[in-house]
Amino acid sequence: MRHHSFQFVAGVYDCAMGRNKTKRNKFWRPKGRPISPQARLEMESLLKNETPQRELLIEFLHLIQDQYGCLRKAHLLALAEWMNLAPVEVYEVATFYHHFDVLEDDEQNPATLTVRVCDSISCMLAGAEKLIEELENSSLPDRVRIQRVPCVGRCDTAPVAVVGQQPVSCASPQRIEQVIEEKQHSCPDLPAALETYIKEGGYDFYRACLAGEHSTEDIIQTLADANLRGLGGAGFPVGRKWQILSQQSKPRWIAVNIDEGEPGTFKDRHELEQQPHALLEGLLIAAWAIESTQCVLYVRDEYPAILASLKTEIEALREWAEFPLPELQIRRGAGAYICGEESAMLESIEGKRGLPRQRPPYIAEQGLYGLPTLEHNAETLMWVPEILRNGVDWYQSYGAHGRSGLRRYSLSGRVNNPGVYLAPAGTTVRELIEDYAGGMLEGHEFYGYLPGGASGGILPATLGDEPLDFDTLQKHGCFIGSAAVIVFSRHDRARDIALNAMQFFAHESCGQCTPCRVGTVRASEIMQQAVWPGEELETLCCVMEDASICGLGQAAPNPLRCVVKYFSHEVSDA
Amino acid sequence: MSTINIEVDGQTLEANPGQMLIEVTDQAGIHIPRFCYHPKLSIAANCRMCLVDVEKAPKPLPACATPVNDGMVVRTQSERARSAQNGTMEFLLINHPLDCPICDQGGECPLQDQSIEYGANASRYHENKRQVKNDDIGPLIATWMTRCIQCTRCVRFSEEIAGVMELGMVGRGEHSMIKTHPDGEATPDQVGAALCSSVNSEVSGNVIELCPVGALTARPSKYAARVWEMQNHAQISPHDCVGANLNVQTLRGEIIRAMVRENHQVNGYWLADRDRYGYESVYADTRLKRPMIKDQSGWREVGWETALRHAAAGLNTVKQRDGATKMGALANPSRTVEELFLLQKLMRVLGSDNVDHRLRQDDFRDDLLAPLYPGSELEIIQFESLDRVLLLGSNIRKEQPLLGVALRQAAVNNAASISAINMLDYDFHFPLANTHIVSPGDMVTSLANVAVAVSGITGVSLDADIQKRATDTNAQEQAIAASLLSGDAKNKAIIMGASALNHFEASALSAISAWICEQIGAKLVKLPEANSAGAWLAGCVPHRAEHGKEVAKTGLNAKAMLAKPLSAYLLYDLEPGLDASRSGEALSSLETADFVVQCAAFVSDEAMNYADVLLPIAHYTENSGTYINCEGRVQASRAAADPFGEARPGWKVLRVLGNYLELEGFDYIDLADVQDDYVLGDEQIVSQSGASVNDSPVKIDSKAIYRYVETPMYRLDASLRHAAALQQTMDTPTPAVGLNEKTLVGLGLAAGAEVSVRQGEIELKLLLELDNRLPDNQAFIPAGYAETSSLSGYEPITLEAG
Repeated sequence: MRHHSFQFVAGVYDCAMGRNKTKRNKFWRPKGRPISPQARLEMESLLKNETPQRELLIEFLHLIQDQYGCLRKAHLLALAEWMNLAPVEVYEVATFYHHFDVLEDDEQNPATLTVRVCDSISCMLAGAEKLIEELENSSLPDRVRIQRVPCVGRCDTAPVAVVGQQPVSCASPQRIEQVIEEKQHSCPDLPAALETYIKEGGYDFYRACLAGEHSTEDIIQTLADANLRGLGGAGFPVGRKWQILSQQSKPRWIAVNIDEGEPGTFKDRHELEQQPHALLEGLLIAAWAIESTQCVLYVRDEYPAILASLKTEIEALREWAEFPLPELQIRRGAGAYICGEESAMLESIEGKRGLPRQRPPYIAEQGLYGLPTLEHNAETLMWVPEILRNGVDWYQSYGAHGRSGLRRYSLSGRVNNPGVYLAPAGTTVRELIEDYAGGMLEGHEFYGYLPGGASGGILPATLGDEPLDFDTLQKHGCFIGSAAVIVFSRHDRARDIALNAMQFFAHESCGQCTPCRVGTVRASEIMQQAVWPGEELETLCCVMEDASICGLGQAAPNPLRCVVKYFSHEVSDA
Repeated sequence: MSTINIEVDGQTLEANPGQMLIEVTDQAGIHIPRFCYHPKLSIAANCRMCLVDVEKAPKPLPACATPVNDGMVVRTQSERARSAQNGTMEFLLINHPLDCPICDQGGECPLQDQSIEYGANASRYHENKRQVKNDDIGPLIATWMTRCIQCTRCVRFSEEIAGVMELGMVGRGEHSMIKTHPDGEATPDQVGAALCSSVNSEVSGNVIELCPVGALTARPSKYAARVWEMQNHAQISPHDCVGANLNVQTLRGEIIRAMVRENHQVNGYWLADRDRYGYESVYADTRLKRPMIKDQSGWREVGWETALRHAAAGLNTVKQRDGATKMGALANPSRTVEELFLLQKLMRVLGSDNVDHRLRQDDFRDDLLAPLYPGSELEIIQFESLDRVLLLGSNIRKEQPLLGVALRQAAVNNAASISAINMLDYDFHFPLANTHIVSPGDMVTSLANVAVAVSGITGVSLDADIQKRATDTNAQEQAIAASLLSGDAKNKAIIMGASALNHFEASALSAISAWICEQIGAKLVKLPEANSAGAWLAGCVPHRAEHGKEVAKTGLNAKAMLAKPLSAYLLYDLEPGLDASRSGEALSSLETADFVVQCAAFVSDEAMNYADVLLPIAHYTENSGTYINCEGRVQASRAAADPFGEARPGWKVLRVLGNYLELEGFDYIDLADVQDDYVLGDEQIVSQSGASVNDSPVKIDSKAIYRYVETPMYRLDASLRHAAALQQTMDTPTPAVGLNEKTLVGLGLAAGAEVSVRQGEIELKLLLELDNRLPDNQAFIPAGYAETSSLSGYEPITLEAG
């Protein structure tokens, strides 16, 4: 009888693990290492004022990244020990977010200064590729790290680079070099805003609420009548959301989404740079109305100035306010578009990887830490005090082409004056270009536009007179989303824009569910072919749309399908 | 709760509100494809394979994450459902390598099976597939991560069931992959490293079966056989008192690997690594191939007849010269009831009641009061619903891994309050409400103090014997009593583990535990090793014959048999130098004895010194027979292969030895004949109370350093010690001396250096380690190693540098 099995097995160990065969007490042992005492000391001193709360893991990772410029395994191990977490749990989270540089032991620290160059749609139209190529071929890479990044929310000044935390508008290699030389790499301070806000009657309405001059029912009714809808993109009616929340068990959380990562969107940044208190008052009113005492604001890491400003303004508010405030926490994102998805954001606030949750249960029922949660985009909350102060009629008096209300459009691309424009809901792209943005750039002819950032689809100029609002574009396979309107001209190809969008989705997919993880990558590979294989792509689109867990995968096919539908001449061999 | 009705594929099904659709269809036998869903794991809904068509839903919904509603209408085979399933399948295959012909999972692969039903014949996507580097995650699990479909079953298992998150999903998007914590090279002699990049859980092998593709497969059997060529043999794992059900698989008569056989009364979906990889010793090069005898010229291989004649003659000589009572038989408790029954019968017909299997036990004073067998008053399935638990001298996680998993479920899902009185601060995978670490000499006092506290809270008067052993109840003891009595919890237990049962005052611990159980309405759970229940019921104890039958005169127990040499020993699958807690004494007695017959599956160095005849018996996987677990469940195991070399099934060897000894009643033809010779039903355990606290406490010198002894989980018996992969895991540490910091400093010794350990005449050198899990003055020196076999039991030792 042969017994090759044993011998074979022994052979596997010997070659695969380098087992030392000499003596039993010298045999192969599982790999692993004790925590380096130095790393342990470094963590202890870095975290001496902190308490090891699980939900603060991402904040702690930021502390390490900011201090050491990267995340070393020794530090991650020491952090895991300090937080009493499994090391792989820390590792999982650290590798999920792009702003953390998790390094191998033999890898050198990245350069102390990073120049991030946006390569998303608006910047691409403005020549980001050329800029990146020039930077990479210059002498800069010897001194700084050049990194391509997705949209940094400054599409009005495309192409954009960010040196450290200092944004460079209309960036050129020379401008970037100049900023590097100036050695001002922290983010610029935003002006104090509380005083102005109070002067203009700020917080009066909230105080009136506290004084019992308004009832929650009235307020919810007002918001419902005004037909204010969620302006992060999904457009869920605000009044109804508050209604649902006020029927849930207590305690209830409020989470504010300041993670606008949709390429082309910069309205929240624009508004918050000018007046953060509109958001804060809206938040306070919401907390009062749904009887929540705990609020958390999630700010994307690309907006350090806003993060700092919110901290100081909340501090100022605390000092000034003679009325009670709910608990206001601020959390810092770490470079993940997916965390703009409401449930992924809650996961991230809990200190985990930003994986969108399967619904049901809806977050209004089981949200942050499993408790009922009201989530709002920043702009939505900014409208709350304004509408309540001025009334439904005032808000409803605006509107164009049969729509009503007001919206902030982030307009970028081939126009003379890109920027955030407050315009009546239902304004068409042609009106935005001509009446607000000073027309197309010289020498550029309007060819098409993206009504709602990368995920909202692409429309041709022939559909440039469609009113832009919720529910008006479905019939064309598009949606307005966060009203990030990107205009492109005959100098551009819609297929390049669609490819850029798909690559963005592949880069930003959390990887949790099969359709999105696989579909976005395959689609962006196939979309590089000169002639697109229609049937294959349509299958990919169907599976992504039908089977993805969250909006990212479900909406990812939109630009692709729009190209096939409206710009088929670009991708067929005819 | 009232049930609701849903309609699936035209069939009306009854369901509970809130149930997930897939649970309902599974119960009804309607197949919905899936990869990430597993009934014992949390719902991830990430593979998207179980999409079904639900009426009024705008899109197909995942059956695993869709709660049922009254009147819901579901179609699993409609165009929309099928196209969603087919689409997902195509996506899964886009990145999955087409290497089924060389994949160990091939033939039992859910991805392969479901791709036949839901996949297309050819892929429409020709782009390069994703490639992922493989990690070495230890000796038990082979990785091939390019095959991974990111279902996260393994991650959820490690976090939710094994209790230690050792695997995680790292990175994001298409770059996400399953990994352990990153790590560099091993440091040369890393002892007790807390953080490792290998997967070290004692139940880690389950991820192999959970993995729906070939990304995680069994490493020892890598490439050894194709699934469809193998035959299944239903076996029972003999390594602990759970009796996990498994299938041992063979290829052309050769054992290749073991997989779980689901039994929801016993092991559920899981196996401990010990159950799964213990088979590996069957073809160890240390297997005893032929009978051997020792004569003037030394050892030589002989035929069976010569060996048996030699054995019978030797035993008869001793019997005639010194009397049968100078002979004794000792058995490995992991053997089958049939073998243990025949062994004791052989001894008793020879005229000796010196039969025992308890080589690690120290206190036998309550033998006559003991129930039919030591076991659990609680059924295994009830462990998960426990509310209040006291672990007494138990490292349940390593001693009974699957009961540890169940207890963890009680802690996590049931918020059970678990306390422990232990002699070592074990690393549990569940939170403990109270941890009371005491030295062995204080165990009885501590438990008696808990009894005092219980009596104080309940107002029941305390047993006088218990009162005598109590001192002042401290805060922890008070807290343990309060925890056991808190709330209106119904499911309570005191669990006595190996170090309580092997304690030198086990009888007192047992009696006090029984008293407390009675007062608080708890069950007493004794978790002895292996098939101990079977050994007791087979009569393999000195004071009772099979099924508790009284014997005329109680024989010597294992400790007594080995403390003073007998003239002859019959050892059954034992290496007492490694299997006895008083191993030093055992070895010297065996070496002094005139005649030692050793029935063994493995050759051992120690047997070559003391034995006179070696009779090769079947490895447990080659053996048919019966095991009885701690709840009294009688389970049959069937031989998976012919015995190796000239080895024979143990019962046959004993039968023929009986014939050669010309004993009556050894004319069995087959195993069923043996089974007919004793009565065995589903054994009900009788109440364990009634034992009394012995009032002659063992004297402990409070100033001396004592050797604290335990046997690591993969050193418990010969079949484990020879299993190659298990020996390479973290649970098989290099033998060393452990001392806590205070004791170390008190002795002026430094960890990391060699020390000489002295116990009486014995002196040996071992590495010294810092082990702060220990109480003061306790030196942890494990048993189960040749390096430490000359030491005996819990005795004072001296330690000197160098």
